[in-house]
Amino acid sequence: MRARPVAGILLRQFYLIRGSPVRALPMFAWVAIDIVMWGFITRYLNSMSAGRFNYVPSLLGAVLLWDFFTRIMQGVSTAFLEDVWSRNFLNLFATPLTTPEYLTGLVLTSIGTSAVGLAVMLALATAVFGLPFFSMGLMLIPFLLVLFTFGIALGILASGLVLRLGPASEWLVWPMPALLSPFVGVFYPLATLPHWMQDIGHLLPPSYVFEGMRAVLAGHAAAAQNLAIGASLAVLDIMLAGYFFTRVFRYAVRTGLLARYSAESVS
Amino acid sequence: MLSVRDLRKSYPQVVAVERVSFEVRRREVAGLLGPNGAGKTTTINMILGLLSPTAGCIRIAGIDLARERARALGQANFSAVYASLPGNLSVRQNLMFFGLVYAIPRLAERVRELLAEFDLEHLQDAKCGVLSSGEQTRVALAKAVLNRPQLLLLDEPTASLDPSAAQTFRSRIRRLATEGDCGILWTSHNMYEVEAVCDRVLFLSHGRILLEGDPRRLPSEHGAPTLEELFIRLAREPLDESLERAP
Repeated sequence: MRARPVAGILLRQFYLIRGSPVRALPMFAWVAIDIVMWGFITRYLNSMSAGRFNYVPSLLGAVLLWDFFTRIMQGVSTAFLEDVWSRNFLNLFATPLTTPEYLTGLVLTSIGTSAVGLAVMLALATAVFGLPFFSMGLMLIPFLLVLFTFGIALGILASGLVLRLGPASEWLVWPMPALLSPFVGVFYPLATLPHWMQDIGHLLPPSYVFEGMRAVLAGHAAAAQNLAIGASLAVLDIMLAGYFFTRVFRYAVRTGLLARYSAESVS
Repeated sequence: MLSVRDLRKSYPQVVAVERVSFEVRRREVAGLLGPNGAGKTTTINMILGLLSPTAGCIRIAGIDLARERARALGQANFSAVYASLPGNLSVRQNLMFFGLVYAIPRLAERVRELLAEFDLEHLQDAKCGVLSSGEQTRVALAKAVLNRPQLLLLDEPTASLDPSAAQTFRSRIRRLATEGDCGILWTSHNMYEVEAVCDRVLFLSHGRILLEGDPRRLPSEHGAPTLEELFIRLAREPLDESLERAP
């Protein structure tokens, strides 16, 4: 893999974000609104429980981690959609750029944009609502890494779907995190769910993160074995997503879908 | 610079290109002519790696496109009227972006050079989407020569230009071919332009090459008063076996 083409993808996204407030704003505005809203909800719940239970770490911490995952996923897919919106496939894929170089460029873009969102969320949640985020200690690292890896995998999968199904299918991309959230137990233990939903949840890496987070906040140790399963699943998912995108790209080149992409000739 | 051998592209319902073979030599402008739907853009898309052939072999500067896609495409570039550069980036940003993707050494210097060569210095900070057709064509050509390609593909590059801008563009392309080191494959529906620019033309119809030769001599060789008349005749009534190109 060559560094310069990857840097090209990154530079293009930087130009776009720098030159457009409508791209820069969502990097932190929506997550900030989320944190503020959930911050006040947790305050209200705390006042109702009269100090018997502190909702801030479990609810606000969960919102923060989930928003981080969502930003990562959307960071990848939005960077890909920029090429859809500007009808840039012909110019881009007639170059020596390889699929791994392109995807790496998208991932690095996502790291940059989601880091901004994470910093804003952390600042707000800790400074305004007193979230003891760092009380999770070193366990934060595997939590964030698993969510990061799965977010990248989902972003690549979403990009592959848009490439396969056409520009209008971007509307399938945005609700993806919301579709997964009931199954991964962001706000409640997996045991709350019916068995069939638990079975799906066990296949999704974020479930292990949120179960682990709740264990740590309750003063227990997160089960290392469970986190290892989550991490393994996330790595497997990123490999499968990369494979899926490569297959879709080859299909698009074989069938002519890439050359007449805007025709939305789904078959 | 370009060698195409027995190229074929078939879809379940139709054969778009059938056993097409040709070459584009160094410092040559070869015209690929044919009516709409003849298979010109399909052929160009296959040469650009945007569409994989059903059969056949494409070599760019001696490199097999199927085996070494990235290396082969590094030797080529293109400009097409239907593939405008991202309109939300400025002229300079587009050149920097594509320059990195093509891994151009000393990129900033190369971009400055092209901005001057294509008279784009005063437009360098303008978004490509707001430029006139003529200005956009100049930017697209600047992008197309960024990597000093050995093979340059131009698909109807003057389609949206006024006659004066088109003439300037043609002079530039002629200069590129004679002073540079590349081969150029050009498609156009303007026969006057083809006669002025191309050293050799290939007539494509129904996915096959029917005729090949010097655009200034072909009409008289086939009993047509002009290249345009010959084009119309071929488009409406494909040549019989006696006129078909020798294999």
